[in-house]
Amino acid sequence: MIGVRKVNRRNFLKTGVASAAGLTLTFALPERLAAQTPATVAKLNGYVHIGSNDAITFVLTKSEMGQGPLTSLSQILAEELECDWKKIRTEIAGVDPKLYGPLQGTFGSLSVRTSWKPLRAAGASAREMLVEAAARKWAVDKSQCRAENGVVLNTGTNERLTYGSLAEAAAKLPVPPTPATKDPKQFRYVGKSLKRLDTPLKVNGTAVFGIDAKVPGMLYAVVAKCPVFGGKVASFDATKAKAVPGVKQVVQISSGVAVVADNTWNAMEGRRALEVQWDEGPVAKWSSPGIRQMFADLAATPGAVARKVGDAGAALTSAPKKIEAVYEAPYLSHAPMEPMNCTAHVHANGCDIWAPTQIQTAARATAANITGLPPEKVEIHTLFLGGGFGRRGGTDFIADAVECSKALGAPVKLTWSREDDMQHDMYRPASYTTFSGALDADGWPVAFTSRIACPSFAGLNNGVDRAAVEGIADLVYDIPNVQVEYHVADPGIPTTYWRSVGYSQNTFFTEGFIDELAHSAGKDPLEFRRHMLQKKESARALAVLELAAEKAGWGKPLPAGRARGISLVNNIGSFNAQVAEVSLEKGKPKVHRVVCAVDCGQVVNPAILEQQIQSGIVYGLSAALKGAITIDRGRVEQANFNQYDPLRMDEMPVVEVHVVENHLDPGGIGEASTPTSAPAIANALFALTGKRVRKLPIRAEDLA
Amino acid sequence: MAEVKFNVNGKSQTVNVSLAMPLLWVLRDTLGLTGTKFGCGMALCGACTVHLNGQAIRSCITPISSVAGKNITTIEGLSPDSTHAVQRAWIENDVPQCGYCQSGQIMAAASLLAKKTRPTDADIDEVMKGNLCRCGTYQSIRRAIHRASEILTASNGTARQGGVA
Repeated sequence: MIGVRKVNRRNFLKTGVASAAGLTLTFALPERLAAQTPATVAKLNGYVHIGSNDAITFVLTKSEMGQGPLTSLSQILAEELECDWKKIRTEIAGVDPKLYGPLQGTFGSLSVRTSWKPLRAAGASAREMLVEAAARKWAVDKSQCRAENGVVLNTGTNERLTYGSLAEAAAKLPVPPTPATKDPKQFRYVGKSLKRLDTPLKVNGTAVFGIDAKVPGMLYAVVAKCPVFGGKVASFDATKAKAVPGVKQVVQISSGVAVVADNTWNAMEGRRALEVQWDEGPVAKWSSPGIRQMFADLAATPGAVARKVGDAGAALTSAPKKIEAVYEAPYLSHAPMEPMNCTAHVHANGCDIWAPTQIQTAARATAANITGLPPEKVEIHTLFLGGGFGRRGGTDFIADAVECSKALGAPVKLTWSREDDMQHDMYRPASYTTFSGALDADGWPVAFTSRIACPSFAGLNNGVDRAAVEGIADLVYDIPNVQVEYHVADPGIPTTYWRSVGYSQNTFFTEGFIDELAHSAGKDPLEFRRHMLQKKESARALAVLELAAEKAGWGKPLPAGRARGISLVNNIGSFNAQVAEVSLEKGKPKVHRVVCAVDCGQVVNPAILEQQIQSGIVYGLSAALKGAITIDRGRVEQANFNQYDPLRMDEMPVVEVHVVENHLDPGGIGEASTPTSAPAIANALFALTGKRVRKLPIRAEDLA
Repeated sequence: MAEVKFNVNGKSQTVNVSLAMPLLWVLRDTLGLTGTKFGCGMALCGACTVHLNGQAIRSCITPISSVAGKNITTIEGLSPDSTHAVQRAWIENDVPQCGYCQSGQIMAAASLLAKKTRPTDADIDEVMKGNLCRCGTYQSIRRAIHRASEILTASNGTARQGGVA
């Protein structure tokens, strides 16, 4: 069978705009026509190429890391193009700012959100061009022609022309400025649980991930990095490393000392023998207890105002009941199953990069900077990503590989070990956050304040990092007096986007504290939330909350020793509520069932939606129950999955996903369900034990 | 460095490598069989799972010296055409997301089913908890293992189909 084929782009694309040089990755399913390379290919636009043999090639500009854009974006294009699903194939895009904009990447649960309109337009305009080409060929008015399932039909004569026979002529026509897109009622691909296009490649070993790249003459590298963040090489002795069989070179690069060998294992053995003295630098003074104290000290003082509504200070002073709490979350590693890696070849004509990257333009800029090449001489070949979760937006692993290839003058595959990956991640920031809330005489909230001490990585605006305060500052609940403040708290541990970003910790904080207010008022946590979601703009949030509660049987009796907790979030343009059902087994929390309701507007593929919601919940449960990265003298203490253990099969609850159906513009799904898992569990544990968990991960001793 | 001879997917292979080199890296770097994945290097995640004489093993901690003369099956050799019951069930249920751990998941599940055609949920937990999936496909994996069990049971009742190990 044909799995993944590498084809020479110059030969592959015989017509249309001249293409960039080098290898690109195309693939198609074995039963599909795409097994044969078409004789000629016409590019109708940046996303739709049609072969003379009727093969339809969709160009994928988003990284496939499990979240399904390969399939869902193809559905959007196929819908408007009116093509035969069985004839589609995929080409992974290279970087092309003219076609795909200045920032080409996959992040923020934006793939469907930002592609929805452009891809519908791309599919529809290609269809209109094909219809126009057919009308000209038949010399009839185009109103007499209709596109369906890969052919244009002459409704007057019943003649048919296939897209493949029309594509070359169609590509020469002007692009319609405002192509007509379909009414959602007529959708036949969008909204359907079509099978994932990548599944067949992922059950037989033929899917090519970044780490599987093969380039003739390739060498294998690993890099010894300073265990302390920001540390540098003071000196090194390569004698013993070079004595390891297979080791070819030991070379200093910006991030440490690279050991290059004839295979990955020998490179790792060489690194074990390498002797390096490090200049550890200033971060070595920080350990987790001191970091926590620094955060706490900051949180005791006023910070930059992230949100202010009414006069929270006055309301807190005058209210009959006031509640205070401190919430904490640790640093977290992304720990995708595929460790960081990159294969680079710096050669006489430019540089080729084969990588599992989330941001192609950043990878290209990094390679251009290191090599001094103009960016257009750098070709980015994106392969399958073995998970991303935000980590692969980084370019540190790209830089390592490019520097190695440049130094050796040969193609180099750089592989990080799991230990490298876990100890040289850019982490989900730790946070120390205080809350105050006030209730009126009837027990309804009148004030909500919070002070957040958390590292900043997304940039400051008036002293506030949106990524650090989201999930608190954009409180979904209607409370008349709100004040949220922020402190940059940064010991120098690198941080970045981690699935659901600020919501990953802040929704746990907010939803936990709201639950505290509800219990303090003696009110049912669902009723308490409902009361604060009565405004028109809260309708979608209220609907998912009520749907989750209804499907979970909120308020109905449970077996002895079990309890439920509820939580809600509005992030990435979607709404998500969860009800978790928990018990204690030998004192440890056990999650039995998670009922999740989601409103993400128009759903493109319900099966992929369900997968993503389940996936986000597992990611959230791993953090809630198990995940913590701790620091000792500037070093990460956890090195592998025995010390940072994600959720496993025997810990997996039953997850139910319920969808609010509508045709509103699509919201995101990849990060929708991660934030709500931890608070649903913690709130359930409070209902069960009366112990309020305010610190992640949830530990048995916090419940005893 | 020494010569080691063993069988991979029914084909005899002779490699000249360091005897301590784990089977994983021999498969991936020396033989180019990249379907078997590197995840942890310490037998903690199961991404590198292959079969040695039919038993699931973690190739990342298996020195090549211990494989001499033995039969190794990797994901590429589980069936010639993705028709092993586990692969069929995985396709039916669209199990993979990113897919990186799935070679190991499939090899672990195939080994479980070879020993126990009708595993209970507890049996599945016991074996499959050794295989991490950061995409959280566990619910689909469980469903697919039960489905593969049905496929196996049905084919055992009639003539055994090729590729159903």
